[in-house]
Amino acid sequence: MKALVVDYEIARFGAALIANTLRPSTPTRLGPLKLKELPQADLPNAEWVRIAPRMAGICGSDLATVHGQSSRWFETIVSFPFTPGHEVVADDPNGQRVVVEPVLGCVARGLSPLCTACADGRLGNCERITHGCLEAGLQTGFCCDTGGGWSTEMLAHPSQLHPVPDELSDSDAVMIEPTACGLHAALSADVQPDETVVVIGAGTLGLTTIAALNRWSPPKQLILAAKYAHQQSFGREFSTACAKPTVVCEPPKLIRVVRSTVGTHLLSSEGSVHPEDDPYSRLTGGADVTIDCVGSAESLRTALAVTRPGGRVIMVGMPGVQTVDLTPLWQREISLTGAYTYGTEIIQGTPIRSFDLAAELVAAADLGRLVSATYPLTRFPEALAHASSSGSRGGIKIAFDLHSPDYPAAPMLSTRKAARR
Amino acid sequence: MSQQPRSHQPRSTSTGKSASGQPAQRRGKQLAAPRPGLVLDVDRSTPPVLLHSGEQFRLERLPAGRSRIIYPPEPLPGLEHPDEAIRDALLNPVDSDPLPAQLFAGMKLTIAFDDISLPLPKMRRPDIRQRVIEAVLDLAADAGVDDIHIIAALALHRRMTEAELRYCLGDRIYDAFAPRGQLYNHDAEDPDGMVMLGETRHGEEVQMSKRAAESDLIIYVNINLVSMDGGWKSTATGLSGYQGIRHHHNVKTMRNTKSFMDQENSELHRSNWRQGDVLRSAGINVFQIETTVNNDLFGDGPLSVLAKREWEWSARDRATFLGVKTGLDRLPPSSRRRILHSWEAPYALTSVHAGEVEAVHKLTTAEVYKQQLVSVEGQTDIVLYGLPYVGPYNVNSIMNPILVMCLGLGYFFNMYKGKPVVREGGVLIMTHPTTNEFHPVHHPSYIDFFEQVLAETTDPIQIEQRFETSFATDEWYRHLYRTSHAYHGVHPFYMWYWGSHALEHLSQVIIVGGDPATVRRLGFRPASTLADALEMASEVLGPEPSITYVKNPPLGMADVT
Repeated sequence: MKALVVDYEIARFGAALIANTLRPSTPTRLGPLKLKELPQADLPNAEWVRIAPRMAGICGSDLATVHGQSSRWFETIVSFPFTPGHEVVADDPNGQRVVVEPVLGCVARGLSPLCTACADGRLGNCERITHGCLEAGLQTGFCCDTGGGWSTEMLAHPSQLHPVPDELSDSDAVMIEPTACGLHAALSADVQPDETVVVIGAGTLGLTTIAALNRWSPPKQLILAAKYAHQQSFGREFSTACAKPTVVCEPPKLIRVVRSTVGTHLLSSEGSVHPEDDPYSRLTGGADVTIDCVGSAESLRTALAVTRPGGRVIMVGMPGVQTVDLTPLWQREISLTGAYTYGTEIIQGTPIRSFDLAAELVAAADLGRLVSATYPLTRFPEALAHASSSGSRGGIKIAFDLHSPDYPAAPMLSTRKAARR
Repeated sequence: MSQQPRSHQPRSTSTGKSASGQPAQRRGKQLAAPRPGLVLDVDRSTPPVLLHSGEQFRLERLPAGRSRIIYPPEPLPGLEHPDEAIRDALLNPVDSDPLPAQLFAGMKLTIAFDDISLPLPKMRRPDIRQRVIEAVLDLAADAGVDDIHIIAALALHRRMTEAELRYCLGDRIYDAFAPRGQLYNHDAEDPDGMVMLGETRHGEEVQMSKRAAESDLIIYVNINLVSMDGGWKSTATGLSGYQGIRHHHNVKTMRNTKSFMDQENSELHRSNWRQGDVLRSAGINVFQIETTVNNDLFGDGPLSVLAKREWEWSARDRATFLGVKTGLDRLPPSSRRRILHSWEAPYALTSVHAGEVEAVHKLTTAEVYKQQLVSVEGQTDIVLYGLPYVGPYNVNSIMNPILVMCLGLGYFFNMYKGKPVVREGGVLIMTHPTTNEFHPVHHPSYIDFFEQVLAETTDPIQIEQRFETSFATDEWYRHLYRTSHAYHGVHPFYMWYWGSHALEHLSQVIIVGGDPATVRRLGFRPASTLADALEMASEVLGPEPSITYVKNPPLGMADVT
């Protein structure tokens, strides 16, 4: 079997970090990721099965890993060498198309009784992600025992597998996992119909979050900060259920746009026009909820500046090590909440698996069109470079197609055309 | 091309009537009589002409045989004894009792004056407002008047700073009145400081500063730089607020105002005059003092070359111009701005009239026309303007893109009587760098107007209907207008409306040297050179369109027949 493998080689992580800093978004074979021919892995226990990935997405957390930018927080909850890829649509041993719910909770690890979180269906909060029949690993794609989607074969526990309805294409199916993340974030925000919500970032997470808000808890007013025109266009399209038309702007203009939209005051040092001129500019009031789908220091700083006192900030984008002045969090009594993966959501009092809701949302909003280009494994440097700059290149989600190892990349026009529609 | 006969020689034009004839209005000595404005047909011997382009200059050669240049009249001689003339006007007013007869002990007196938006550029000290108000205060003191308030009648403009107030009024007035709270900026958003005085027969609300409305007498001190200024506009607009001003500062009014420099054909003025009737009916007693200045913007110093006609430039003038231009070009924009905004024009007072508002204003307007009017035969296909570094709303500030639009399509385009210089469907070309730059303190709502409103539409009607109210009632803008030095939230809308007549009249607007993205956001077309702009205009107008370059400053106003 072929697989892209991340080895624990400090020098290669360092090289990747330097290469990506000097020439971001440029294809490089420097770094910890290598394409290898591997022997078939042993099954962790008799319940586990072998599956054959059909398509696997490239996530922001994957890029952070292969670029050497991940937090050391992960050191004890991943195990090397591992094959990345946790956004996976695959064929199971019966030839059934399935998507993988990659979180490695108690059930997958053969643990009994289940931890409190797993018993509640909150798989992402499992307390035993280093225990059981598997080595440490918070998800498939970060564990040396399971393999990952960036390969021609991987292992999965049946509890992780969700059949894909026939009407969904592979592109649709590969969007189910990121959509589950987005909808979990949207539902965690507990948005009320009279609230104003700011979403920062309109990559895969931002757009799926917006689509989920629109489906289950549309706010009175949505304000979206998105860098690129096609992202802004999708953002508008995915948020038609809000009481007021969605306001869209470029990120540097967000603070002024939120100010004028909610009708509050802007405090900044004299002479500054935009937030980048004054890192301490902020609104006196602001949005009720801000969902940060970027996870950078700048996006978190902006989120704290545009959220009203007593409001909530939901962090969806993976932050890593960031330096941010948290004084506003304290002084404005803002609640900062993380939103990681998924598990079980409560919809009108009924618990429903996040993946089931995600599959429904992918079909309803046609989210498969967010897959902008696919690459064979052999062209992984180009695929990663493309994923690192997909926004500026008019795309959203970049994925590996495991069917045809050497066919050329799909044209980028698909997403742009979809956005224009 | 227009029906204008061509000539290689400059043709002088008649510019109006003689002086008012009042004894103290005698003109000062003048070595040579000032020459009137003229229209020059461009031929192959015509040298390149100077165009302002913000804080820089351009020299451009215009196509021979189809271009003409409108030069403003030379500066009229100033009054020989301005202080005497002022006192004489106060003692011998028009259609009114002499000022001393209207002053009495125990009265409530309010003196209002035009704000920093006039004159442009600022005048060399002492400012006329200081001269006039000092004369008024002398008479008030003689009459034993104690309760005096002095108000900068800035309507929805930004508050003047202490330094600016001191510059306009002098330290003596500032130190005597400001510390006691008797000299201040008008606050149109003070809920306790404004009153409604009624409505016109057209349903236009009339709003005024409560202090002014409750005064026994308002003395309004004006500088009539252009013919739009003065009359009832001084009090009906200058001391009013959004509720009153919105009735004439709107797209419908501006599109029925042709032009706002021509009071006889201006709905803007008719509305202000109707509001003036309401003021009069409400018992508001106004003693209007209006002044005019000549066209002497650049004096005899190194910048005098900017006022000269290019074919008369001496070798020294050329060297001076080259030095000034090269020097400015090499400076960073902030330094250029600082230097140019520090320029103080040596204007001379050419007239002062006092008394009843409308009677005074007729005399004043005639004086303005005398200085500025140039007879022009026929319209043109293309009108060309060189926009200077300063307009009414960026004194000591930045000319942002919306103010560029207002200066070109508002003020410059409307400097006409009769017909616009450019024909309907013609093209306006102006030179200005038009950078995406805003003064964050002075123009906060302009930034949002540019980013949020113009990103949606440039149609004045759409802008008015969809966005005006939210900006006009925005609490933050209101707060900054009242406590900082920000123009009112609605002000950028008025700038856009000011150009709405031109937008309706023209087929295309091209900005030479403008930042392309910024110019496109305004709805205009950028061009890197004048030659490119003329070619772009030809796409719309056909080959060999006629061109009229209106040289301004100094100020000139075309009387187009």
